[in-house]
Amino acid sequence: MSHKSMNLTLHVWRQKNAKCDGKFVEYKADGVSPDMSFLEMLDVVNEGLIAKGEEPVEFDHDCREGICGTCSMVINGRPHGPKERTTTCQLHMRSFKDGDSITLEPWRAEAFPVVRDLVVDRSAFDRIIAVGGFITAPAGSPQDANSLPISKENADLSMDAASCIGCGACVAACPNASAMLFVSAKISHLGLLPQGQPERYLRVRDMIAQMDAEAFGTCTNHGECETACPKGIKMENIARMNRDFIKASLTFRHATIGGGGA
Amino acid sequence: MSVAEQSIAGAEVRGHGFLASSVGRKVIMAATGVVLFGFVTVHMIGNTQAYMGAKSLNGYAEFLHSMLHGAGIWIFRGVLLAASGLHAWAAISLTLDNQAARPVGYRETQSVASTWSSRTMRWSGFILVVFIVYHLLHLTTGQLHPAFKAPQGHEYFAYDNFVSAFKVPAVAGFYVIAQLCLGLHMWHGVWSFTQTLGLSHPRYDGLRRNFATGLTLLVVGVNISYPIAVLTGCIH
Amino acid sequence: MELNAHIPDGPIQQKWEKHQFDSKLVNPANKRKYRIIMVGSGLAGGAGAASLAELGYNVDCFCYQDSPRRAHSIAAQGGINAAKNYRNDGDSVFRLFYDTVKGGDFRAREANVYRLAEVSNNIIDQSVANGVPFAREYGGLLDNRSFGGAQVSRTFYARGQTGQQLLIGAYQALERQVGLGTVKMYNRHEMLELIMVDGIAKGIVTRDMVTGAIESHIADAVILSTGGYGNVFYLSTNAMGCNGTAVWRAYKKGAAFGNPCFTQIHPTCIPVTGDHQSKLTLMSESLRNDGRVWVPKKKEDCKRVPAEIKEDDRDYYLERKYPSFGNLAPRDISSRAAKQVCDEGRGVGETGLGVYLDFSDAIRRLGKNKIEEKYGNLFEMYERITDENPYETPMRIYPAVHYTMGGLWVDYNLMSTIPGLFVAGEANFSDHGANRLGASALMQGLADGYFVLPATVSNYLAGLKPGVRPAADHPAVVETETAVKTRVEKLLSIKGSKSPTHFHRELGKIMWEYCGMARNEAGLKKALELIPKLREEFWKDVRVVGENESLNQSLEMAARVADFLELGELMCLDALQRRESCGGHFREEFQTEDGEALRDDENFCHTAVWEYKGEGQTPVRHIESLTFEYVHLATRSYK
Repeated sequence: MSHKSMNLTLHVWRQKNAKCDGKFVEYKADGVSPDMSFLEMLDVVNEGLIAKGEEPVEFDHDCREGICGTCSMVINGRPHGPKERTTTCQLHMRSFKDGDSITLEPWRAEAFPVVRDLVVDRSAFDRIIAVGGFITAPAGSPQDANSLPISKENADLSMDAASCIGCGACVAACPNASAMLFVSAKISHLGLLPQGQPERYLRVRDMIAQMDAEAFGTCTNHGECETACPKGIKMENIARMNRDFIKASLTFRHATIGGGGA
Repeated sequence: MSVAEQSIAGAEVRGHGFLASSVGRKVIMAATGVVLFGFVTVHMIGNTQAYMGAKSLNGYAEFLHSMLHGAGIWIFRGVLLAASGLHAWAAISLTLDNQAARPVGYRETQSVASTWSSRTMRWSGFILVVFIVYHLLHLTTGQLHPAFKAPQGHEYFAYDNFVSAFKVPAVAGFYVIAQLCLGLHMWHGVWSFTQTLGLSHPRYDGLRRNFATGLTLLVVGVNISYPIAVLTGCIH
Repeated sequence: MELNAHIPDGPIQQKWEKHQFDSKLVNPANKRKYRIIMVGSGLAGGAGAASLAELGYNVDCFCYQDSPRRAHSIAAQGGINAAKNYRNDGDSVFRLFYDTVKGGDFRAREANVYRLAEVSNNIIDQSVANGVPFAREYGGLLDNRSFGGAQVSRTFYARGQTGQQLLIGAYQALERQVGLGTVKMYNRHEMLELIMVDGIAKGIVTRDMVTGAIESHIADAVILSTGGYGNVFYLSTNAMGCNGTAVWRAYKKGAAFGNPCFTQIHPTCIPVTGDHQSKLTLMSESLRNDGRVWVPKKKEDCKRVPAEIKEDDRDYYLERKYPSFGNLAPRDISSRAAKQVCDEGRGVGETGLGVYLDFSDAIRRLGKNKIEEKYGNLFEMYERITDENPYETPMRIYPAVHYTMGGLWVDYNLMSTIPGLFVAGEANFSDHGANRLGASALMQGLADGYFVLPATVSNYLAGLKPGVRPAADHPAVVETETAVKTRVEKLLSIKGSKSPTHFHRELGKIMWEYCGMARNEAGLKKALELIPKLREEFWKDVRVVGENESLNQSLEMAARVADFLELGELMCLDALQRRESCGGHFREEFQTEDGEALRDDENFCHTAVWEYKGEGQTPVRHIESLTFEYVHLATRSYK
């Protein structure tokens, strides 16, 4: 544990709302303890601003233990900051040194409009899930959980993909603001499980259609998403999604209207 | 746009077909990319006959023109033209989408995983287009080749044209630069098409990179050797 | 106030089935004419909103987060219990029921707990059907582990992210309904008031956290699934946004509050490092399966490097005091034991508020690889936060507020004392008594959401005329909306000198000091003097900068702290009146000779149910007596 305190200079994007123009504003963060989390450092800066009667810097955050996916900011050009596989809330100030200058920007994407300062609207992700990121299994009495054996390998791969926290760092990091890592993680999570098979090819087409409608860019295989992902979601998922999409497109039939019942 | 204004609808309702979709266009890009890389590889192999002398290379030129009673080369050209056209169309439309996807950029960016090759695809691609046009006017039709010797009947002068072309240092230099662009484009492109076409498995993922690197070095290395061989007098 | 728990007659094994049969049904063609409001989108709220919409009702679902997927259920790590008996180790519905009643120190309602155990198996089936990737064996069947002091392996888990996976399962079902148009999702909306029309819950008033718009929403029934109020302590393992506003507003409109003082302090959290600390991080309880808890025997050893302290100089106090459960003793007991050794001056770390959780024995026995496989992600998280490597030096842990067993009082139907107002998940008081067992919170949230609410809410709606709801300009609606606007304006107009966070932190200090792990009469009385003073100061001197008409996190915080400042007082009042020790509620005056909780079944075998009587009035304490027919009252012993 270190006791040296640090003085930092922050360059923070301030924007009143989606309609106004924004600009960078400089703030001093003095006496920062290396044991603070990055967001606690911002808390202290904000308390200082409130004391001066200024409006604090708004940023999204909630669980502060790296699982809810709420926190989101680009720190010195990297989503969630310099440490790999870390969310902003789990980044600690010991990753910085005295005198550092830190630039804070919101996720930048047409599909993620700025709400205020560092807060963006990520509801596009919800809409992509709403169109197909599920297994249709209404609450009731499904079969016994153990009646469907799943190989450990597939269960583990599915879990790897399912650990996505939907933070949007992949979009923020992608030079094209593409959401394909996020979308492919959901397609892999469900597509690797036997329960997910009936809707597998419908799902991939529908989710991609919604993703495109949300104005995300497209993947050009840079790989920035994978390194920015705090949960280590792999690009292998994007390849799997592409594979499923090709198969779905080759074998797809228009929905037919069935005959009525008795 | 507010949440309420955004609609939620699948591919069927949106009429979002293969060519309209982002992944569909990527697949077009990758599949045509495979055709084009296949072509440059075959082109490179065919041209190694320059090292075997005039007869060999000229004979090769004649062979190409006489395949299927002369129809073969036109089929090839048709396929290549279509592939190039589709490749360029996909590239332009995806690039426009990608630029629209981030209207406000970052003040600071730090690239971690992307490479110079992956970030310059659109520039290397553009230079390649210019090069191909020049290359066709230079060594195929000869308009831009002052010493060009047109074929006479079944006699081809590919070797003479080849040697006289690269004796001009500026031309040789441009070819070398174009090949380096091809290298940049291939190195990312070859790896990239495996990803886009879904050819990924952890067991072979390492091979994908090595394959891209190997193929790129081979094609670019051999291609660059031609102007150098001419300039240094190895081929004369 | 009349309290009727509406527990169905008959043997406990048949109550739920009989009750479902006796419940009225709504004609399928009429279902879409009803509108239900769901506040919260966690396990109870998300699963409940999805399941009700699947039945055909229209649901408006509200969450303060930017997406329903962020609800704090996501942070649960360890697992979810179910009585599947897949391990052949003697588990059954009755055993899970028995363990939960006993674990709750006999302060929960038997019928509710039995139902919980009964539907636990359906939850696992439902979650698997929804695509939750639970851990599996090589044969493809589900894996289980023993957890939180249970002597059977009944806990299902998905790595250390069980809550996340279950929530995402429910979230996906919810989003499916959003896509179908049956659920309308209101993200970044906070409920600020309950709308009552003629004594019945008919809607809520919300603030759009982006535009500041204050709006009324009318419905046939309102369900609160808004989680617990642990953030009243300022530092807790809850998410920063977790708050008690929804339940508190409902309480002030007449919904009685059950056992507000029952809070759970989790034994394995990362200790506090300084004043800047904003929240506490939980380390999964599963760590206690292999880690050994100790402190130095001698005070003077506390500042030494742990490796230098000889085996004989270490006090493995849990193993010493509770030989049969050892390091796996239930949460309340382990937490209290940690506090005791720290109070004796034997705590470790800079603040002296910490104990060691040591894996060196386990690493020797199983090898570092095996430990890494089991706990790798937790060790990594610990190292990231503390900068210490737990493979080499023992972890330091300390108890922290984690869960509130108390909540709005509900009957067997999960309906509060306000007709039409249902409360589910952690927000209600119902199933855990005075102490919740590990891996039971996820079970309760999903049981309420997937299975209980669809049955009981339907039964309630069947008694209402379809499609008849108060108009938006009904005087009661307008009045409620105006009151909310006035309150927001008031907060903005004080323009004092201290931030909302300042008051929150001060309240937290009072609560932790006097109403935390151990409570006593003098302390609680002191807290009951301090809190009203702090509240008064808040309303005179709070500074909320900015305006209502945009995203304004200090305004949101101020409104929540204002409610915490009242809720904290009720908690202290309840703790003062419950003159016994039970589960998470430890009154220092009531303990056995060796420092264990001393229950008083003669006088306190009941739920304390608090009724609001108006501003400045002392609330009235009612009683719901508890009878134990199936699990006989016994002293809880883990020795």
